[in-house]
Amino acid sequence: MLKKLTFLKKRVLKLFATIGGTASLLVSLASCGTSTASASSSGSATTVGFIMVGSRSDYGYNQAVYVASQTVAAEMSNVKVITADNIPENSSVTQTMQAMVNQGAKIIFATSYGYFPYALKFAKSHPTITVLHQGEYLTGKFPGNFGTYWGEAFEPVSLGGMAAGSVTKTNKLGFVYAFPIPQTIDNIDAFELGAQSVNPKAKTYVVNTSNWCDPLKQTEAASALLAQGADVLSQHQDCQTAVIEAAKQAHAYVVGYHYDASSLDPSGWLTGSVWNWAPLYKSIISTILSGHFKGSKYNANFVGSFAAHDNPLVLAPFGPAVSSGMRSKILAEEAKLKAGASIFKGPIYCQNGQLLVPAGVTPTYAQINNFSCFVKGVVGTIPQG
Amino acid sequence: MNGFEQTLIGGIAGGTAIVIPALGELTSELSGIVNLGTEGCMLVGALGAYAVTVATGSAEIGVAGGAVAGAVFGLLHAYLTIYRKADQLTSGLVIWFLALGITGVLGTGYVNDAITPLPIISIPGLSQVPWLGPILFRQNLLVYAGYILIALMIFVLRKSRIGLLLKATGERPEVVSVAGNHPNLIQVTAVTVGALFAGIGGAQLSVGYVGTWFDDMTSGYGFVAVAVVLFASWKPLRVMVGAYVFGIALSAESVLQTNGIAINQYLLDALPYLVTLIALVIVSRRGGRKAPEALSRALTDVT
Repeated sequence: MLKKLTFLKKRVLKLFATIGGTASLLVSLASCGTSTASASSSGSATTVGFIMVGSRSDYGYNQAVYVASQTVAAEMSNVKVITADNIPENSSVTQTMQAMVNQGAKIIFATSYGYFPYALKFAKSHPTITVLHQGEYLTGKFPGNFGTYWGEAFEPVSLGGMAAGSVTKTNKLGFVYAFPIPQTIDNIDAFELGAQSVNPKAKTYVVNTSNWCDPLKQTEAASALLAQGADVLSQHQDCQTAVIEAAKQAHAYVVGYHYDASSLDPSGWLTGSVWNWAPLYKSIISTILSGHFKGSKYNANFVGSFAAHDNPLVLAPFGPAVSSGMRSKILAEEAKLKAGASIFKGPIYCQNGQLLVPAGVTPTYAQINNFSCFVKGVVGTIPQG
Repeated sequence: MNGFEQTLIGGIAGGTAIVIPALGELTSELSGIVNLGTEGCMLVGALGAYAVTVATGSAEIGVAGGAVAGAVFGLLHAYLTIYRKADQLTSGLVIWFLALGITGVLGTGYVNDAITPLPIISIPGLSQVPWLGPILFRQNLLVYAGYILIALMIFVLRKSRIGLLLKATGERPEVVSVAGNHPNLIQVTAVTVGALFAGIGGAQLSVGYVGTWFDDMTSGYGFVAVAVVLFASWKPLRVMVGAYVFGIALSAESVLQTNGIAINQYLLDALPYLVTLIALVIVSRRGGRKAPEALSRALTDVT
């Protein structure tokens, strides 16, 4: 009993010690309650930490990371996995990384876009720890213990655009996104180009919410798009349930992103792009454990693709509204992408008619990552900072 | 439906999630207790409503669950501030963090639970009124509850003995005491009822307009409600204007974009806050009620 009380007292003291910190820290603490580090195996195992910006059960971006981290834990007997979710994109992430190192972590996956500067800095000051960042593209020199990884997300997104273009009656597709960054711009462009490939009249209406997950804003955005006449909604945010719910109530269709949420709206779900991170995580961890990380493809900007058969973002199962004819058409297109085709093969024009990709040219990933305009057929403007 | 109408329809629905908690905060502050934990009470209200809806299959019963959850947290704030003499601002923040943590843990399983949210009810007759009808009278139950609460609040504060007692408690608790009433009891009731309203506001998000549960889904709107009360100088009509204007501006952000209108990103994001501020400055030109005395004392005593 006394032991229990002392333990409780310690926990409470710890809680109050942290409450003394800054407000942002407090937010992360409150959420730390949900993120009990989960140990999976012990012994002489290498500890690997995964840090997530949102809830590990968000039916979106963060849940995909969490599920994959648990697959790693289950399938790699020489690895112990610890996780932390709801860690904001500020100095809290540095503290979380340090806390993980204190727990013995040798490898850290910082999985949110905004973690990048903190992750890079942490890698530089901790040469014995390998830090991987999910989503950013580093143009400078890589420290020997740092790497970024991502996938050509726009490939499966363009296939989702095909499904959307094939079912729309109003020729208006709605797309809710968080911030105008290369990833979201590429995805919107690919979505519209995919839709155009099966329905030249399809237009994509876009709304940005300036937030990775604000359900009220998402609902306002979805309602505005539906009122505009959109009958298919897609999105690029961390959480997708509010947009799916809005579409469901309006009997509109949905193309998902991040995670298979077809169970939330089985009849409205067309398909989606979902993360399958586990194979990539396992490959990266194995490379590090074998001692060959430095100078490897992972000690750089690694971008998985359909063509290399290692794209971590894959096409989700189809819903009933996608006809069998359209399914085979989409799968045929997927096969073409796997054989090296590109959705961004020129000629492609910006909204204002400016040539984005010249005829016959297939842009490289770095070039695509520099796209700064919406393609013709997208309605809405990229907000200027 | 044109963009303007959609802005107002979405604005009223979203604004309801601000106006009900703001009226609650008004009740609380008039009695002399500020509740910064309104955000937390909304959050537990949102989850409480969602959990009860999942369990019972009825969003209407869910709203009651959300109200109770909010009230329980309000009661805690009342106990800490009134009987334990805790600093009001600190206690409010503690309530918020507590709510964040508890809903974060308990809410995990509810993200993937689908519910049937509150249905849209068209009021016969009124919803046929040209233009305004569909905007004001094709909404869900809680939007109508918001209208009724506004009217009720105005009536209670202007005409009833309860309103007088409430205001007197906020100004001079000693006088209330001498007159044979219990200022502490009145404050506890006011804070609890206020938090109950906050819980209902949270329910408007989870089982009303949005229709899903999500971690920290109130995203700071509870603080907006508190700010609206301050800027509305404790007048219910102004609170109403501020809350709905905020909702409408939030909705306008999306509608402007779907119509391809380009506005500076930062300006667009600041729009709801900016417009609300301007609106409240305009409606407050004729001077407002002074802060309840007990409230000013409680706030200036903070060292």
